[in-house]
Amino acid sequence: MKKAAYSFPEEVLEHVFSFIVSDKDRSSISLVCKSWYEIERWCRRKVFVGNCYAVSPPILIKRFPELRSVTLKGKPHFADFNLVPEGWGGFACPWIRAMAGAYPWLEEIRLKRMVVSDESLEIIAKSFRNFKVLVLSSCEGFTTEGLAAIAANCRNLRELDLRESEVEDLSGRWLSDFPDSYTSLESLNISCLGNEVNLLALERLVSRCPNLKTLRLNRAVPLDRLPNLLRGAPQLAELGTGAYTSEMRPDVFSNLAEAFAGCKQLKTLSGFWDVLPSYLPAVNPICSQLISLNLSYATVQSPDLIKLVSLCEKLQKLWVLDYIEDDGLEVLAASCKDLRELRVFPSDPFGLEPNVALTEQGLVSVSEGCPKLQSVLYFCRQMSNAALNTIARNRPNLTRFRLCIIEPRSPDYLTLQPLDDGFGAIVEHCKDLRRLSLSGLLTDRVFEYIGTYGKKLEMLSVAFAGDSDLGLHHVLSGCDNLRKLEIRDCPFGDKALLANAAKLETMRSLWMSSCSVSFGACKVLGQKMPRLNVEVMDESGPPDSRPESSPVEKLYVYRTVAGPRLDMPGFVWTMDDDSALRIS
Amino acid sequence: MSAEKGYVGLGEVGEMEESIGLNLKATELRLGLPGSESPVKSTSLGAKRGFSDAIDGKWVLSGNGKAGSDLALGKDASLFSPPSDNTNNDPLPLPQPSKPIPAPAAKAQVVGWPPIRSFRKNSMATQPPQKNEADAEPKPGCLYVKVSMDGAPYLRKMDLNNYASYRDLSSALEKMFSCFTLGQCGSHGVSSRDNSSESKLRDLLHSSEYVLTYEDKDGDWMLVGDVPWEMFTDSCKRLRIMKSSEAIGLAPRAMEKCRSRN
Repeated sequence: MKKAAYSFPEEVLEHVFSFIVSDKDRSSISLVCKSWYEIERWCRRKVFVGNCYAVSPPILIKRFPELRSVTLKGKPHFADFNLVPEGWGGFACPWIRAMAGAYPWLEEIRLKRMVVSDESLEIIAKSFRNFKVLVLSSCEGFTTEGLAAIAANCRNLRELDLRESEVEDLSGRWLSDFPDSYTSLESLNISCLGNEVNLLALERLVSRCPNLKTLRLNRAVPLDRLPNLLRGAPQLAELGTGAYTSEMRPDVFSNLAEAFAGCKQLKTLSGFWDVLPSYLPAVNPICSQLISLNLSYATVQSPDLIKLVSLCEKLQKLWVLDYIEDDGLEVLAASCKDLRELRVFPSDPFGLEPNVALTEQGLVSVSEGCPKLQSVLYFCRQMSNAALNTIARNRPNLTRFRLCIIEPRSPDYLTLQPLDDGFGAIVEHCKDLRRLSLSGLLTDRVFEYIGTYGKKLEMLSVAFAGDSDLGLHHVLSGCDNLRKLEIRDCPFGDKALLANAAKLETMRSLWMSSCSVSFGACKVLGQKMPRLNVEVMDESGPPDSRPESSPVEKLYVYRTVAGPRLDMPGFVWTMDDDSALRIS
Repeated sequence: MSAEKGYVGLGEVGEMEESIGLNLKATELRLGLPGSESPVKSTSLGAKRGFSDAIDGKWVLSGNGKAGSDLALGKDASLFSPPSDNTNNDPLPLPQPSKPIPAPAAKAQVVGWPPIRSFRKNSMATQPPQKNEADAEPKPGCLYVKVSMDGAPYLRKMDLNNYASYRDLSSALEKMFSCFTLGQCGSHGVSSRDNSSESKLRDLLHSSEYVLTYEDKDGDWMLVGDVPWEMFTDSCKRLRIMKSSEAIGLAPRAMEKCRSRN
């Protein structure tokens, strides 16, 4: 009736919607009314699927017929640490096949922790005429043959990024399959490849692509070839070196330094495998323009790191090994006032004794000296409540705080108390904290703090912590924005899980391994919550061959509109309505 | 009302307050030395023992903790045969379980801890390429190897650099795979489970039903234990816990290869 008078023509709405890019906002738009839902779905170009099993290809394609960009994530995060057995799932093939049929104009595919076959890569190469971006992050299952297909066929490819994927490297020949006429490369990341690529082909490719901004080489590219590559791409903004070592010759060094100096736009450096410390100063000419530096593979000692870091006054992001030590972090705090993100990785994670002088003090210094610090990942061997308290008060603007005290259940080394209060201070003061990883000796109290204060918390990782179900209950009932919860080796069981079952539908996923959740409780959960997939993984055989009260080894619960998945291997069981009836 | 609160099943939420604190010991990971109390939490399957006893007799530790480096093991050095079956003229003495064993260079591993990505672990663990090797192929090396066991439903990956000796390796494998020797697993069907899983395990050990083999750089399958530890980690591409019946003919090949190398 009067409705029509108040509504805009579709085209106008579409145009307005095109300015809304955030997924959350587009989702909100689609909920306003039916006609907005319809218009929005037809003009949606980009979709992010955080869990590939939460939805299915047909459902996606039916709702969004005109996508240009799809991002999918497969395995749970703990797969990075070998906790998810081979064959678990996350297969990209069904998605790629379906999209090949439905989206001939698809331009971008980004996959994370998925299993991708050469066949899938071949399908991508042949199906999308305007294909531009392929990002395979922590993926596996493909070989350099698949890459050859991409290189040979994707005329409009802009970005090929294989970050941290496991590629079966059969030969470096694939790079030569980019035709001579191909010049549109803007970003190439092959840092994960084991074998040498054809270096001549690489040099030619680099020099004929005028828009190349990102080049991340693999370890096999020798240092003495780097200057040539840099001279072929003086417009580079991001560089990952290969092995950073060579015979010590003065001409190699000066050649390198000159080449670096020629890259006036270079802002990001990474790589640095096998570093020969005397070659590090070759990057000095550009230190003052660097905003991101990844030295996390550079096994050099603190003095050399200090020399480098103290020149990088614009640095925003530093990834480094604990060789930097407390002294180095103090220098960092004094020199790099724009630092936003710090990650310190352990050089000897399995050693029994500390091999470097890196303690909680380093992190405290950085928290004091760097007012913009938001994101922290820190591996160390000792921590105190006092230090955590200081860090929390210094940096209430922290949004990501991941602390790994290497020895599980380590107490405050000064007082021998649990670290509850320290982490409590973090969640209390850092009101915008979105991601938190705990470690050290922790009781249920820390979870009470988290439930009380962690209102913006979206992702929580817990290991070897807590005393009882109360801990889990605090988190599930208190953290309003929780999306991902991953727990290992904690005494959390049935009560908290079942009491908060509905909460699980508001989250992306829950992972619990080596906890005390019984098979019976999993069945109940699966039965009562049809919109959750409750998956039990057990290496010792079918869970129904043991008493109901037996704890399951691994539990992965996620919300889904696609029902139980059909591609589970033999060690994964879904607790759904049917199975519950069958088993009991 | 309770449905809206998201409550399912078992009792009032108020019961949370009196929930029984779980016995920490039950979940505590103890990293004991091989031969000592098994460092595995108890499940309804009962405490897992077995292989640590079996290997006590086989892997003799030298003083510096890097066991196995100059070990001359008998031809039939099968990982899972107990000392009582030791028919080889093993020149090395069997250690007593109560004797203090020198600590290994690295701790026995908890899977996935500390939380470091495999990619990073592999990159850190490898040696830089030798400058004087003409055809130095600077591959990261295959430190993450796939481990399969005949009859087991799935394979695992393990990082050989986590272990300093064959003993470390075998106790890790024991933890990973011992469940499979305790019964038929891997299908959704009914499993025939004996009342005493331990006795079943012992039976299997006595029968030497499994041997540990590996695929080396040349693609050959060899018995584990015949070469010094470092040589093994250098060349091992994947591991397979093979049924003994399938391992016939491996031992002689391994010894030949060893001889031709030296």
